[in-house]
Amino acid sequence: MHEMALAQSMLEIVEAAAREAGATHVTNVRLEIGALSHVATDALRFCFDAVTRGSLAEGATLDIDDVPGEAWCMPCGGNVPLAQVGDPCPRCGSFQLAVVRGDDMRVKDIAVA
Amino acid sequence: MCTTCGCGGHDATLEGGRTFRRADALAVAIGAVRSHAHAHAGGAPGHGHGEGHGHDHAPEAGAASRVLQVERDLLAKNDAIAASNRRVLRERGVFALNLVSSPGSGKTTLLVRTIEAWAGRSPLAVVEGDQQTSFDADRIRATGAPAVQVNTGKGCHLDAAMVRGAIARLGVAQRSLLFIENVGNLVCPAAFDLGEAHKVVILSVTEGEDKPLKYPDMFRAADLMLLNKIDLAPYVSFDRARAIDMARRVRPGLEVIELSATTGAGMERWLGWLEAGWRRCATAVPAASPGAPAA
Repeated sequence: MHEMALAQSMLEIVEAAAREAGATHVTNVRLEIGALSHVATDALRFCFDAVTRGSLAEGATLDIDDVPGEAWCMPCGGNVPLAQVGDPCPRCGSFQLAVVRGDDMRVKDIAVA
Repeated sequence: MCTTCGCGGHDATLEGGRTFRRADALAVAIGAVRSHAHAHAGGAPGHGHGEGHGHDHAPEAGAASRVLQVERDLLAKNDAIAASNRRVLRERGVFALNLVSSPGSGKTTLLVRTIEAWAGRSPLAVVEGDQQTSFDADRIRATGAPAVQVNTGKGCHLDAAMVRGAIARLGVAQRSLLFIENVGNLVCPAAFDLGEAHKVVILSVTEGEDKPLKYPDMFRAADLMLLNKIDLAPYVSFDRARAIDMARRVRPGLEVIELSATTGAGMERWLGWLEAGWRRCATAVPAASPGAPAA
């Protein structure tokens, strides 16, 4: 997964939001990363430090809220937890699953000064 | 640099053309890491931007740290450009496919054979994505089809802005077929919508049959799996039924076509699938009048 490109997108979003609010410095960035999303959070943390240097978010701390995966199971007719794509339904063992939660990667909020 | 796949901050270039802004920004960010051009006084490594150092923090008197709700998807910008690409392609009646696979699955050979077999049905163009070289675009152009090469440098996938530039360069014809051959990589291209109608994943029998479970994001993102090189099946221990079963674990109902670009086995079914999709797109727009501009 291309975490550097994602980190760069994150920085654009963060800087735009900070500037819009008239802030000159970002002290914290909070992301929501789904367990089923296309990102390795360790790699994203590494890239965060790299891309934020020299930006409004230099020195900012990074919080990552994990969002657990959830899928709709057709045989069960309801939502079930899903740890990773390719796993069976933990209740009935079926693979007839449609992910309903946990595949997003979002900037949730930022703290600014 | 991406610690997962090694991709990094070099610029993407369109063959004979311009460099892309996203990558420029990335290169700037990386440059800043190297030179650390930030203008703080006393910038000791690791200083924390706490209270009391010298720059203008507070737009409002006495404003302490405050929290701004942002709620934006990390891929929002790419997705917006992809949506714009999709609209442009739909308005022209173009059936666009994003071909994804590992390196060596036979994508380019399959494309060459497909272009030869498609001849006379509709105009067709190809966007080729690779880190370096224009070898693949050269192979496509040798068939007579227009092609443009996008070199991603150290980048590991195509993004929507690269495809927008490539479409502008190609000037894709009304009611045509557009193939976008992504960088050979079963991980990164899964996340990036380019504006295609479908992602088509290609798996060959010379690879591991367990790839759909090892790289589930890509198979989950695909609408069609082409199982290629079936002429080699007698010589390898690839369990086709198991591979298809694994792909359908991550993408229930995934359509699969088994074929060999080399012998032509299964190609009719693939061409039929293409024809059906192309017809849906092409008949949704009025035929271009003679001499009408492609754009």
